[in-house]
Amino acid sequence: MSASLFLALLLFMAIPGFALGWVQSRRLRADAVAGAKKGHHSRPIYHGLYTALRTIRPGIVLFLSWVILAPWLLDTILVHAHPELLPTTDARELSLWLSRTADPGRMAASILEADPGLKAAIDHRQDYSQGLLLFLTLLALSLGLVALRRAVARIAPDFRARIHIEHSVMTFLKVSSTFSVLVTLGILFSLLWEALRFFQLVSPWEFFFGLQWSPQIALRSDQVGASGLFGSVPLFAGTFLVTGISMLVAGPIGLMSAIYLSEFATPRVRTWAKPMLEILAGIPTVVYGFFAVLVTGPFLVRFGSVVGLDVASESAMAAGLVMGIMIIPLVSSLADDVIRAVPQNLREGSLALGATQAETIVRVVLPSALPGIAGAFLLAISRAVGETMIVVMASGMAANLTANPFEATTTITVQIVSLLVGDQEFDSSKTLAAFALGLALFAVTLLLNVIALRIVRKYREAYE
Amino acid sequence: MSPTQTWQSRPETARRLQQRHRRNRLFRHLAATGLLLAVTALVMMLGALLTASSEAFTETRIKLTVRYDRPLVDPRGDASPESLEEGDYTAVIREAALQLFPQVASRTERRELIRLFSPGAAFRLKERLTSHPELLGNSEELWLAASADADQAFKSGLTGKEGERLTPFQTHLLLQFQERGALEQSFNTTLFTASDSREPEMAGVLGAAAGSFFTLLVTFFLCFPIGVTTAVYLEEFAQKNRWFDFVEVNINNLAAVPSIIFGLLGLAIYINLMHLPRSAPLVGGLTLALMTLPTIIITARAALLAVPPWIREAALGVGASPLQAVMHHTLPLAMPGILTGSIIGMARALGETAPLLMVGMVAFVVEIPQGFLDSATALPVQIFLWAESPERAFVAKTAAASLILLLFLIVMNALAVVLRKRFEKTW
Amino acid sequence: MRHTIPKIMLDRVSLPESAAVADSDAVPESETKMQAAGVRVTYGEKVALSGISMEIPARKVTALIGASGCGKSTFLRCLNRMNDIIEGCRVTGQITLDGQDVQDPDLDVAMLRSRVGMVFQKPNPFPKSIFENVAYGPRIHGLFDHKEDLERIVLTSLERAGLLNEVKDRLDEPGTSLSGGQQQRLCIARTIAVNPEVILMDEPCSALDPIATARIEDLIDELKSNYTIIIVTHSMQQAARVSQFSGFFHLGELVEFDSTEAIFTNPSDTRTKNYVTGRFG
Ligand SMILES: Nc1ncnc2c1ncn2[C@@H]1O[C@H](COP(=O)(O)OP(=O)(O)OP(=O)(O)O)[C@@H](O)[C@H]1O
Ligand SMILES: [Mg+2]
Repeated sequence: MSASLFLALLLFMAIPGFALGWVQSRRLRADAVAGAKKGHHSRPIYHGLYTALRTIRPGIVLFLSWVILAPWLLDTILVHAHPELLPTTDARELSLWLSRTADPGRMAASILEADPGLKAAIDHRQDYSQGLLLFLTLLALSLGLVALRRAVARIAPDFRARIHIEHSVMTFLKVSSTFSVLVTLGILFSLLWEALRFFQLVSPWEFFFGLQWSPQIALRSDQVGASGLFGSVPLFAGTFLVTGISMLVAGPIGLMSAIYLSEFATPRVRTWAKPMLEILAGIPTVVYGFFAVLVTGPFLVRFGSVVGLDVASESAMAAGLVMGIMIIPLVSSLADDVIRAVPQNLREGSLALGATQAETIVRVVLPSALPGIAGAFLLAISRAVGETMIVVMASGMAANLTANPFEATTTITVQIVSLLVGDQEFDSSKTLAAFALGLALFAVTLLLNVIALRIVRKYREAYE
Repeated sequence: MSPTQTWQSRPETARRLQQRHRRNRLFRHLAATGLLLAVTALVMMLGALLTASSEAFTETRIKLTVRYDRPLVDPRGDASPESLEEGDYTAVIREAALQLFPQVASRTERRELIRLFSPGAAFRLKERLTSHPELLGNSEELWLAASADADQAFKSGLTGKEGERLTPFQTHLLLQFQERGALEQSFNTTLFTASDSREPEMAGVLGAAAGSFFTLLVTFFLCFPIGVTTAVYLEEFAQKNRWFDFVEVNINNLAAVPSIIFGLLGLAIYINLMHLPRSAPLVGGLTLALMTLPTIIITARAALLAVPPWIREAALGVGASPLQAVMHHTLPLAMPGILTGSIIGMARALGETAPLLMVGMVAFVVEIPQGFLDSATALPVQIFLWAESPERAFVAKTAAASLILLLFLIVMNALAVVLRKRFEKTW
Repeated sequence: MRHTIPKIMLDRVSLPESAAVADSDAVPESETKMQAAGVRVTYGEKVALSGISMEIPARKVTALIGASGCGKSTFLRCLNRMNDIIEGCRVTGQITLDGQDVQDPDLDVAMLRSRVGMVFQKPNPFPKSIFENVAYGPRIHGLFDHKEDLERIVLTSLERAGLLNEVKDRLDEPGTSLSGGQQQRLCIARTIAVNPEVILMDEPCSALDPIATARIEDLIDELKSNYTIIIVTHSMQQAARVSQFSGFFHLGELVEFDSTEAIFTNPSDTRTKNYVTGRFG
């Protein structure tokens, strides 16, 4: 009995459900015609849909609860029914062990042979899972049949099946529209939850104001679990350094491209240049990262040796430059929109006074577009702060607290990746630290986005 | 009044005007330079990828006449598949090569000779023999893949210079092969038919592409229905109240949340909470779906908004319920726009790496994944893995994989453009 | 920078230099300021104007009337080459300003537009303070050496546009905070500040209520002693009230051009007659 079989059976039940409702409705209709009575409210197809929906509704509810509750339920059963199999009482290790019992496909046979306790637990877990599913399936079937009987009985000439169907559809629409809110809540709660657990191990003071970051190696003896130092200041500093460099590249170039495209370019140039920028925007960040490793890093090193600068092969500069290139299209397309939204009659007013085009742009168009451009820059900064792959590949791992762009630096995102990729045990302070960093990143970018979107919206309304 | 009395006719004015026009031109050039720099960056990137990848699209092969000698390939002597499986195919190659160069005697020289061939060559022989057992005991002429070092040396012209990682003796051997017409370059099919490997010359992108495919399938089937229903609800039915504003702001902000945050969410929910298997396309797809959802909602809403209200009103006028009007009229008309937006969202998901790293799709996967629960990686992750690999031969592979990924993206975007053009309606 | 006006300044408000020198009585009635000959305008394939010829007398108000879409704005925009910025718009024929060819590709358009100013249908103050709106032209053209000169020009222009009394305490407020009629007078002040010779007005009152309209009309009447004014209007009464000469456009042609009195009382073309008496258009 597997979950997918359950689902298939459930959908299969819809067929007799539909058929019974449809047939019943047709019969009533025929009777009505014979008796020359008034017309029906809904067509047979709606009656069929109604009965089908009613039939599978209990099953769907059961299925969704199974999907959501099963892991927790099985964990609990396993812990209480087979205490003798548990390898440890430590809550964290237990949780890790339980997640391994849930995912046997991944383990090499040799591991299972070496650990009979685990193997037994896996078998038990599967037994329970199958038994429960079988029970649920039978429950869904019988509840469905009861519901079907009732639904068929309700079919009558004046029964408004269509209204019921539309009601269900509307409910469905409404529920699915809350999904995006659930995602936000999910982000918020999962980050908060894990971050809070992190702050039980490491003091927020150390995290927010500590100047040393070295989660892998213990530098001091008094550290928690001897697992390292979690002072995030170098990460924030690195993030802002790289972001700053990228904005120095993307800001002017993006803005200038936007000005050229919206104010000077002929339609021909526009039809060529716009897709080019779109391609630039569509290049995956991992490819940018590779470009940084392949070209920018070595170039900077060579450049450094020519001018007598000590340039690391992985540096904030290499990452920042390439990230700048990546952000150019974002800045230019947002700024282009904003500049285009400046009403033409302002430009005409300035030109009619004898201003040149440059004067018009600098003195009238850009000041008018300033709020929108500020919003665009904020969005770009938020994008740079949250960008991961380029910095992972090009900026290095060393948490140097430095303002020298030619040294290796590290950023929040780099550390999240390095803490979570590779072999990891959940619930260690290292993994939890990644969530704390994630929370900080989320807060910073959310703040930037909210402000930026608000500014842009206000700006649009001003020229509506 | 005579014109000479106005400021316009003063000589200073003319001078000043010239200066203003100069500034105007300067500004214009500055703006053009901005655009030019952006385009240059694009050209440089594509150029660098093309140059770096050129080596990856060809592979060097060496011609040998191999003999499937029974004692070597059939250790049990019963010609059973199990026996053939255990055969020493490296020895087959060595014997064949020694036939050509009887003068090679010392152990080191023999080792150097055999290192000219890729470990994949022996695999190839094994596969050939197990699928054609009748070859047992016979000879045949085959082009076998050269090792990565030999491949690079040949591509840089067999000059024996420093930097090539062959010994002088190996270079000498290769030159001998070349003289006999037994050395050639051909189109590298391995790149497209193999999965990941430790040996650069045996590595391909097929496994990663399959992983991406399964991942995107999951993403699409989660995102599309939820995205479209959300858009329909918000655009067509929802009352414009505070909750509506909240949902709208929420979606817009969600669209700008860094992708790595979605990876953390996926890790916390799917793996830590629901115990779904790590490294599986199912989890990767579910994670990317969270990230892609806002994009699809936003584009679908725009497409619905573009359908003129009179179509809805006409449907309502002939007695359709609001839901029927949307389902039968508005939604079908908006579908091309919605699909266009979805394709663009999918393209973005295809290029995304960071969230997949979070849910463990970074494994070294040699098998081509067959389903949603197999261990898998994705194309961009494969690029990341290869880019991190220290072996020089992987640089070309990485560049080639990047180009392949770009090609997929361009195809998807072109599809979206075509779709938009084809169904573009002016009302 | 805050602009509080010293009381003395307000008393010393004076006209721009050229206007002070010029004296309308010294100019003969017949002097022609601008001249159009065979002007033809196309937007891509579409012909908007076909062969317009007229002479615009100096220091008079000339009204252009005609049904919507007949090409009045297009003609007006030819006079200071505002059509240059419209893609696909082509102008042929001859237009002169004081005998000088306006169409000449070597001519400095910025200079031309400083001599032939324009006021638009919809008031379009810049999103700057009232003071800066008026100071905009003088600043870009460098018409002053000292700040006091600039203040003098701004105040004089506002005074001549009849706006000074209403805004003298709020020169630092944004121009967009004014009412529609005030905004339009601000735009006129802005135009006057660069001391043009000709002012083109494209339906300057169409967005205004009758009282604001009356104020603008009074203003036009005063301005004509120093400037040549060409105004496009849809209101027959307005044309009759403010203009000395009128031209009637119909489907891209100039049907009739004559003194306003003649156009309104004794038109020679029946189409003109029908239009001014409101029988069509
Ligand atoms: N930018 C443009 N592109 C194409 N055609 C235009 C453009 N501007 C005006 N036209 C066309 O040129 C003709 C004349 O337009 P114009 O604006 O000069 O008319 P008008 O007399 O000013 O009308 P109204 O009284 O409504 O302002 C019209 O048919 C119009 O459609
Ligand atoms: Mg007009």
